[in-house]
Parts: sequence; structure tokens; C-alpha cells
Amino acid sequence: LQDPRTIRKIVSVDNRSVLAFAGLTADARVLINKTRLEAQSYRLTCEDAPSVEYLARYIARTQQKYTQRGGVRPFGIATLIAGFSDPTTEGEEGKPVLYQTDPAGTHSSWRAQVIGGRNAKSLREFLEKNYEDDMDEDKSVRLAIQSLLEVVDSGAKNMEIMIVKADGKAFMEESAIDAVVKKIEEEAEESKEAKKSSD
Amino acid sequence: MDTVFGVKYDGGVVIAADQGNARSILMYQRNLDKVVPLSSHSAVGVSGPNADLVNFSEYIQKNIALYELSNDGMKLSTHAQANFMRGELAAALRRGPYQVNVLLGGYDESTESSSLYFLDYLASLQKVNYGCQGYASSFCLSIMDRDWKEGLTEDEAVAIVEHCMQELHTRFLIAQPNFIIKVIDKDGVKTSKFGADPADT
Repeated sequence: LQDPRTIRKIVSVDNRSVLAFAGLTADARVLINKTRLEAQSYRLTCEDAPSVEYLARYIARTQQKYTQRGGVRPFGIATLIAGFSDPTTEGEEGKPVLYQTDPAGTHSSWRAQVIGGRNAKSLREFLEKNYEDDMDEDKSVRLAIQSLLEVVDSGAKNMEIMIVKADGKAFMEESAIDAVVKKIEEEAEESKEAKKSSD
Repeated sequence: MDTVFGVKYDGGVVIAADQGNARSILMYQRNLDKVVPLSSHSAVGVSGPNADLVNFSEYIQKNIALYELSNDGMKLSTHAQANFMRGELAAALRRGPYQVNVLLGGYDESTESSSLYFLDYLASLQKVNYGCQGYASSFCLSIMDRDWKEGLTEDEAVAIVEHCMQELHTRFLIAQPNFIIKVIDKDGVKTSKFGADPADT
């Protein structure tokens, strides 16, 4: 019954930066609006796009401010900000970067991270076990969906996947997510059968 | 003194401006681009002191970008952009006015039509079919009055602009050798031609 467009948990804060959050949606909206304004303000004064790291620092700084003042409460959200770093002056291409912020106001960089829900800790262990360096897009998408499947009821309708690349970003089509989900479930079945027959 | 032209045609709008940047007896630059894109399908030709020209147009540009980002990619119509711009001019008028005179042109995909708006430093706003800013209006409005008609093509609209440029080259005291002409249609904003490459050297 609900219009899914209105409960997006993955939003753009700038042309090349994307933010996903976990926690109080109302608080997220306020913080995201502040961040969008800051990104445009940066573009106006510096005539350049803000780096992902700059935005993460800004969000963290804002979240911290609300922990050390009277009459306010901390933002009840943790965020994951993703994008690409700028190409270096030596001509190296930009690299994908992922930052996390929390209600305390800390920000840190991650190669893989999970926020929200009650199982964040165990899911992080799952990621640590299965993350490999230099995974390609398909493998990374698979890992993300595998982790999500641990906490959501199976189905692409319960998932949002945004893929951020150097030249742009796009949400994954529901049919594409379904295909990966199916493959994962099939392979899980096969390994279960293999285990049974070997016992 | 800057010159800005705008001509609406069937399916788009042409915005042109001279490329000079001068003050007092000094000519700072001959390749300035005074037609600033505000969104994917709109641009504004600005005239006035360089500080206000750049400051005001960039300010409006970033605010329009903020709106699109904050509203799930919804684009502001040309009419809305013009009224927003006028509001900012009016608010600043009794504080510290922006000394800019502009012609804002845009193409709206929702109505599949183009529009052109005339705004001046006193925060006037008027939808027009063609217009000029600067001393050029004394020479060229009459040419546009004569040449413009309903249902022009892009080439015909650019021809009107070039007719006006020719008149200025003949009769206007101040030499403005370089003009930049931009066209806005369903495919967005593109530069049709320029006298000097505005790219930073």
C-alpha cells in the first residue's frame, strides 16, 4: 500500500556522492538536508565538487555538535557515505571510498561496512569472513545481497541496491536483484544437498 | 557595456552575449562566457559588473542544483526559475542590489515548449518572445520587432541574432568583436558558436 519512493534509505547528497542511513528517518532527513546545502555551498565557494571525505567530516562534525550542547539530543542515525576520490595530480584515477559516521560524531573509512539492525555485529563478522580485496562488481553485489538476506525476508522487494561507479550511479533493477537472490539460494541449496549426501 | 540577446523559436530559445570584460579604459578579457547554464535545460545571459554577474549567476545556479537534489530530481520549470531569480533580485534591491540585467531562456520537457524571460536590476520580470539588454536594445530591438515571427526554426532565430550583431558592428560606438551564442532545446544547452574560446587557457 505504501509508495516505496517515499521511504528511500539511499539518497544523493551531491552529483557524485551517495548516503545511506540507519536509524530515525526524521533525524536523517534533517542531517541530509544540511549536508546537501553544505555540498552546494562548497561548490559555490570552491568551484569544485566536495570530496566524499569532506562530506563525511562535515556530517560527523554536525553530529558531534549535537552531543555537546544544551537542549538538544544527538541525531539518532548512523550513515554510510559512498563515492569516488578525485584523480591525483600524478594522473592516477579516482578510487571508490566508503565512510561511516555515528551518533557520537566519529567518522571512519571502510572497505566494507554494515550499519543498523540488531545483527550489525554478526553481519560485520560475516563481511570480514567473505570480503576479498579487488572484487569485481558482480562479486561485490553478491556479497552485499548475501549479507542483506541474513536479515530481510528473501525478495528483491525488500532490498534497495545502489551501485556507485566513477562515471555515475544507479539503482539496481528489481529483476536484476531477483536474479542474484535466486542464484544465491540455489547455491545454498546445492551445498546443503552436497553436505547431506557426504554425511 | 554588455550586450545580451535572446530569441525564442519553435522548440527552443537562443541566448547570445558579447564576450568582453572591461572596466574604465582597460579591456581585461575578450573571451568571457556570459551565458551561464542554470540547469540542464536553461541558461541565463547576464550583463553588469563582473562581480555581480558571476556572483549572482553562480548563486542562482547552485540554489537550483540544491532544489533538484533535495526534491528527488524534480526539475524547476523555466517559469519557476525566473520567478526565483526575480525574488532574489527583489530581496536584495533594498539592501545591496545586484546590478545585473538578464535574459533567461529555457526549455520545459513537461510542456515541450521554450520560454524567454527579461529581468532587470530593479527586479522586473517579463515573459517575452525576444529581447536585448544593454545599449544594444537601442539598435536591435527594432530589428527583432521586424524579423521575429511565430514558428521560427533554430537557424532562423540564430540568423536574427546575427543580423543584430551585424547592426552593432556597423553602428555601435563600442567595439564588441566576439559574441557567444548558445541554443537551448529538448537536448539541453549547447554552444552554437563563439568568437573566442571561453575555456581557461
